[in-house]
Amino acid sequence: MSAQYSTFLVDGFLFGVDVRRVQEVIRHQDMTPVPLASPVVRGLINLRGQIVTALDLRVRLGLGAHAADARPMNVVVRTDEGAVALLVDEIGDVLTVDPAAWERAPATLPTTARALIPGAYKLDGRLLMQLDVDRVLETDAAVAA
Amino acid sequence: MDDLLRDFLTESNENLEQLDRDIVALERRPDDPTLIHGIFRTIHTIKGTCGFIGLDRLEAVAHAAESVLGALREDELSISDALITDVLAAVDVIKLILETLERTEQEPAGDDSVLIARLETWLRGERAHAPEPPAAPVVDRKVTPIHAMAAVPAPAANAATSASPARAAEPASPESPADATGEHRASVADSTLRVHVNLLDKLMTLVGELVLDRNRLIQLTAGQDDASVTSAVQHLNRVTSDLQEAVMKTRMQPIGGAWTKLPRLVRDLAQMSGKKLQLEMHGAETELDRQILQAITDPLTHMVRNSADHGVEMPDVRRAAGKPAHGTIRLNAYHEGGHVIIEVRDDGAGISVERVRKKAIDRGLLTRETADTLSDAQILRYIFEPGFSTAEKLTNVSGRGVGMDVVRTNIERIGGQVDLQSTPGQGAAVRVKIPLTLAIIPALVVLAAGQRYAIPQVNLLELVRVSGIAGEPGVEMLHGAPVYRLRGRLLPLVFLDGVLAARDTTEATGRVLNIVVLQAEGRAFGLVVDGLSDSEEIVVKPLGRHLQGIAAFAGTTIMGDGSVALILDVPGLARQARVVDDEHSREAAEQLQARGATTSANVRTMLVVQIGTRDRAAVELARVSRLEEFRPSNIEYSSGRAVAQYRGDIIPLIRLSEWFGHGTVEDLTSRDRFPVVVHSHHGRTVGLIVDRILDIVEQEVTVHRGRGGAGLLGTASIQGRVTDLLDLDRIIGESLAESEGGEVVELEAVA
Repeated sequence: MSAQYSTFLVDGFLFGVDVRRVQEVIRHQDMTPVPLASPVVRGLINLRGQIVTALDLRVRLGLGAHAADARPMNVVVRTDEGAVALLVDEIGDVLTVDPAAWERAPATLPTTARALIPGAYKLDGRLLMQLDVDRVLETDAAVAA
Repeated sequence: MDDLLRDFLTESNENLEQLDRDIVALERRPDDPTLIHGIFRTIHTIKGTCGFIGLDRLEAVAHAAESVLGALREDELSISDALITDVLAAVDVIKLILETLERTEQEPAGDDSVLIARLETWLRGERAHAPEPPAAPVVDRKVTPIHAMAAVPAPAANAATSASPARAAEPASPESPADATGEHRASVADSTLRVHVNLLDKLMTLVGELVLDRNRLIQLTAGQDDASVTSAVQHLNRVTSDLQEAVMKTRMQPIGGAWTKLPRLVRDLAQMSGKKLQLEMHGAETELDRQILQAITDPLTHMVRNSADHGVEMPDVRRAAGKPAHGTIRLNAYHEGGHVIIEVRDDGAGISVERVRKKAIDRGLLTRETADTLSDAQILRYIFEPGFSTAEKLTNVSGRGVGMDVVRTNIERIGGQVDLQSTPGQGAAVRVKIPLTLAIIPALVVLAAGQRYAIPQVNLLELVRVSGIAGEPGVEMLHGAPVYRLRGRLLPLVFLDGVLAARDTTEATGRVLNIVVLQAEGRAFGLVVDGLSDSEEIVVKPLGRHLQGIAAFAGTTIMGDGSVALILDVPGLARQARVVDDEHSREAAEQLQARGATTSANVRTMLVVQIGTRDRAAVELARVSRLEEFRPSNIEYSSGRAVAQYRGDIIPLIRLSEWFGHGTVEDLTSRDRFPVVVHSHHGRTVGLIVDRILDIVEQEVTVHRGRGGAGLLGTASIQGRVTDLLDLDRIIGESLAESEGGEVVELEAVA
């Protein structure tokens, strides 16, 4: 049975999240920074009256930091406690994948990333990495308690 | 669940709450016929309906209770402690059955024969020959009284089991009491409506959204000239405010709702402990938001338990102390300036400061040495520390791991405050202050580090602006922490930008400061912010899961311009920034305040310092303008003298250890900061460098003259240690004259 993934780029890597988990995809939003929060929390966004936490996937995955003038986009995912926005570099298409093309995550990924990426799909000339959304969201809250 | 059962459960639960209250009231007013009738009717209704639905167990118990009540109503029985206890036991079983019904739609399996037998012994005129039930654990929702009852040998179990089926066959007869109830209900039903709370919550959320949009519109149209737009927005504004108020009212419930179980509880506590307890409730009609009501019910119960368990003494002890044998626990609720104040006061023995002190030391919360320096009020506050409990043993009653720290946390979580007061021998009072509603609160918006933050108005005491002009009172350093002297009180300061950057900011001197005076955990402190914005009503949104652990924030909100702002958690902020060591600031402040009240001429407030490596010296605090900290870089030289630039002035510096000719003197540049006692008199300011600031004390000072030397007024015993008393005039006069060749020169500011 094939699955559909909502895809996006982070630091040159192509990631995918089960399309059923994605509420919407929006352009860069103004964020209110949250002092004392973990570096993964980039800020808070006003999404039509709901306050949504924005998590920086580069930080979460242990990848390089954004360029100073970068305007990351948001992949808004559904959770039990409301929506959470994931900051990505670029939004990709919704892709349908063949389960047969699945393989374990490449060893070239940093360790933090590997814990969050169960596997990857081999596509034409590139690798679509499957992101475990729930794991991604399980990140520690505050730096200074 | 079918409607019939659901309705039955809803009504019965309501009735049972009232029943508890009525039965306890009956004890005090045994001749009140309305109470008896009311109680009988309620049980009768339950019995009737459950027979109809086929709830046999429930019917059997209700029937037995109804019979006893019927006999009471007909004056065939008189009220006694034992009778009431048994009736209450039946009510508890009924509650238990209803609870299970609600959960599983089935009656729980169980044998009530013992209970029913007891009830029937009343009817047969046999005053229960069976021994009283052993001190059962407090009848509490989670404990099945049946098990307790089962321990008692039943006198006539057989009679009971045969009697109940016979009675159960009777249909619910349409007697007049039922009709009367029906009529009564009809009139009440006309003016009220049952609404599911989810619907009310949804209404509240929608109103919250509307308030946000209203705020946004107001901002957007602020500069507009178009009259029709502005008038439409104004109208929308009014309507939204009214709607907000009205919806908030629908969620308002009288606080009496949180008190319903208390009379019963107090009665049970009295029975178990052998104390005589009386509960007075004032202001039960005071209304507050449903959500808040839920949040405070448990804390209130705990406070009442505390009073009963630890506050009120045994009757003989009370009589010996000249108090009435009955201890009174008094609940008082009232509105005050946008809040609800709830007091739980008892006329017991008060809280033993000694026990608290000992417990705090035993629990490792306090060292003996520190304990010795704390005042009674400060010691009492340790009751709120986690891991503390003054109970010698955890009784079943106030145990269950709920400490006053949980009470305080729960209350603060809803934006409230708790305060504790005690008078030994006379009683204690716990005072809770909570906001009227959680969802929409008035807040002050402040600026720090370029961002806006909202501070709930409930914590706000006042706003102070410190201008930093030379000569005006400003920020001082006390033991390395910044404080501000506000009308004689020393207010510990917290710099918001520092807290948010997770660092200590102590650069205080010489700049304009905006101080927001806040109160948390009974203590006041000043929050230094970069700027102030407006007061607004904001809609509180909870912190997302990823932010919950951050102590400084209590929630989030959307501002009028659509941007998100964080709401500060005032108690969390105070705690996180480790507001200046309470011991010293509070004592100093209290001493300063008390100065006016002292009658003894010899009592003075002294600043104690260390000169050199071990000499103690003191000077009257009144002669100290400020306590500062300078860095080696602040010391400059002019005509061979050490001076410093200070608040637009150039002041001479006198190093006391040098002045007193202490041998080897530590090179000042080896330290990164050193304390300076600034003294101003007649327009001249001098900085006295000491080696350490030790303390500020208020005590009687007896001067022993002739023991000192030059520059000393004498010596005295301060804090139990020999301390030199500085003769400031002499020191300053001689020091300056020395360098200026015998002339005292006024230093002028270089323009």
